[in-house]
Amino acid sequence: MRPLDAFTLAVTGLRAKRVRSALSALGIAIAVAAVVAVLGIAESAKAELIDQLGRQGNLLTVASAETINGHKVPLPPTAEPMIARIPPVQTVTAVGDVDNVTVRRSRAIPDAQSGGMSVLAAQPSLPATMAAHVLLGRYLDASAERYPMTVLGYEAARILGIGDLSTPSQVLLGTHYFTVVGVLAPVDVAPEIDVAVLISFGQAATVFHRTDGPSRIYLRADPDQVADVASVLTGTTVPDGRNDVQVRRPSDLLLARIAAKGAFVGLLLGLGGIALLIAGVGIANIMVISVLERRGEIGLRRALGARRRHVAAQFLLESTMLAVIGGVLGIVLGVVATAVAARLGGNPLTIPPIALAAGLGAALLAGGLAGLYPAARAARLSPTEALRTL
Amino acid sequence: MSIPALQLSAVSKIYPPPTEVTALDEIDLVVGGGETVAVTGASGAGKSTLLSILGTLERPTTGTVRIAGTETSAMSDSQLSEVRATRLGFVFQQFFLLEHLSVLDNVATGLLYRGVPGRARRDRAAEALYEVGLASRIGHRAGQLSGGERQRVAIARAIVGRPAVLLADEPTGNLDSTTGAGITELLSGLAGDGTTVVLITHNAGVAAAMRRQVHLSDGRIVEDKVVS
Repeated sequence: MRPLDAFTLAVTGLRAKRVRSALSALGIAIAVAAVVAVLGIAESAKAELIDQLGRQGNLLTVASAETINGHKVPLPPTAEPMIARIPPVQTVTAVGDVDNVTVRRSRAIPDAQSGGMSVLAAQPSLPATMAAHVLLGRYLDASAERYPMTVLGYEAARILGIGDLSTPSQVLLGTHYFTVVGVLAPVDVAPEIDVAVLISFGQAATVFHRTDGPSRIYLRADPDQVADVASVLTGTTVPDGRNDVQVRRPSDLLLARIAAKGAFVGLLLGLGGIALLIAGVGIANIMVISVLERRGEIGLRRALGARRRHVAAQFLLESTMLAVIGGVLGIVLGVVATAVAARLGGNPLTIPPIALAAGLGAALLAGGLAGLYPAARAARLSPTEALRTL
Repeated sequence: MSIPALQLSAVSKIYPPPTEVTALDEIDLVVGGGETVAVTGASGAGKSTLLSILGTLERPTTGTVRIAGTETSAMSDSQLSEVRATRLGFVFQQFFLLEHLSVLDNVATGLLYRGVPGRARRDRAAEALYEVGLASRIGHRAGQLSGGERQRVAIARAIVGRPAVLLADEPTGNLDSTTGAGITELLSGLAGDGTTVVLITHNAGVAAAMRRQVHLSDGRIVEDKVVS
């Protein structure tokens, strides 16, 4: 028998039971789509995180350490200008906690419901240093030092229900109303900014009598000298060494998230593998049934001169072809799912070639293994026994 | 004397336990080229087993089977498949047509395991269909045919490779008498072209259409007559 004949035979065999073939292939398709999508979506999300890591890797924070009784000692007022003078430091900005001030929409809301938000005094240099985008309105400018204006972090705006600045909105900070002039986009490396209500240091001093130094300083250094800068930050911030300070690199958070994603991918791939195994068992099941149903055909083919290996090849090819059709369909579905997920998540579309190869390879393997037993069973059938059925 | 088409010498077939039925008991049978033979007998007399052994679908427990003078007992399964593909044609009571294929493709399947290219298979299948009087049905699906037409397709499939021997197991068993008579006529007509025909039947009318009649009982040949 010629290879082309064997191929045609398998195709006609599958076409004879279209619905059954389609459903078996669909099982494989779903499993392969899951594998491809898991790898693709993880890779796309990772690409975004690694991208961020590249952009945010040079961000450092300096904060005053808490004392044993939980009281925070502010940083010295000289800290920020001193840090700005370290040569590799590119930009720097300071924020100050404005403690014991509640955040509410109006007086009608009990003052205990501050929604987990905090009031922060901030400088005009904050968006540039944090690489934070202004989502709505504008950021605090020079006039904010004199007038009660506020910019909301992304989460704070959501909690307060402010999604639109076309009509002027006010929020109640303590007992004073502030006009909302802007909303920031999420800042991944500094989640504390997302839940903050930002006002100027000037307003913090005049309205809330906050005259201390900053609580936290954010700075960006030359990406090649981040470690060097980090090592001198403590000494620069508190030259007399009387207070402890904490120096942090917020991008460590991104590294942790990448690692967490890797763990999830392993788990999901395992589930994809199980789905593929189930689909393979499904194909094996269908092929065993097919061999039982087609005993007459097997007997006839043996009578027409088919050798055992011709019969085995016919069934093995059928199961492999089912799996390959499913595999190709699954790859298409997986790529579409990845593209949709990447678009929804705002991530770049990245599909690792290994995902495509692994998807198709796994499908082939599943189909081949699933076909082995039924094919052997068909080939072993004695011609007279096969012909005696019906 | 020319080499016989089929030759059985002291062939016995005993099925393994638990049945341990002796289906054939020391059968000697020589069928010459171009002979038409009807094998008759009651159910369980061993007719089907005889046909399976003549067709190399089954091996005898003891004794030898020669096809066109060649001993088959030492042959491997693949070699026996080759003998079936090139020398033997089969027709069954249940037709065994592949329902999802066209009439033409069903007949062409008869040449599939001979390594004949696809186009040649179809050309020769069309000729065979013309011979059995079904040229007009070429494009139909097997499922659209009547019983008699289905058996004609099966006969076309059996003869498309021009086998020296045609073995038919109750070819008219599923057909009404008029249709069956047409099939019998078609089969006996093949002998005119030099094809050896051996058929099993319960039907005395069908048996009478064959020149030689072999009657089996309990696995033995009890009567072997040639009607002149």
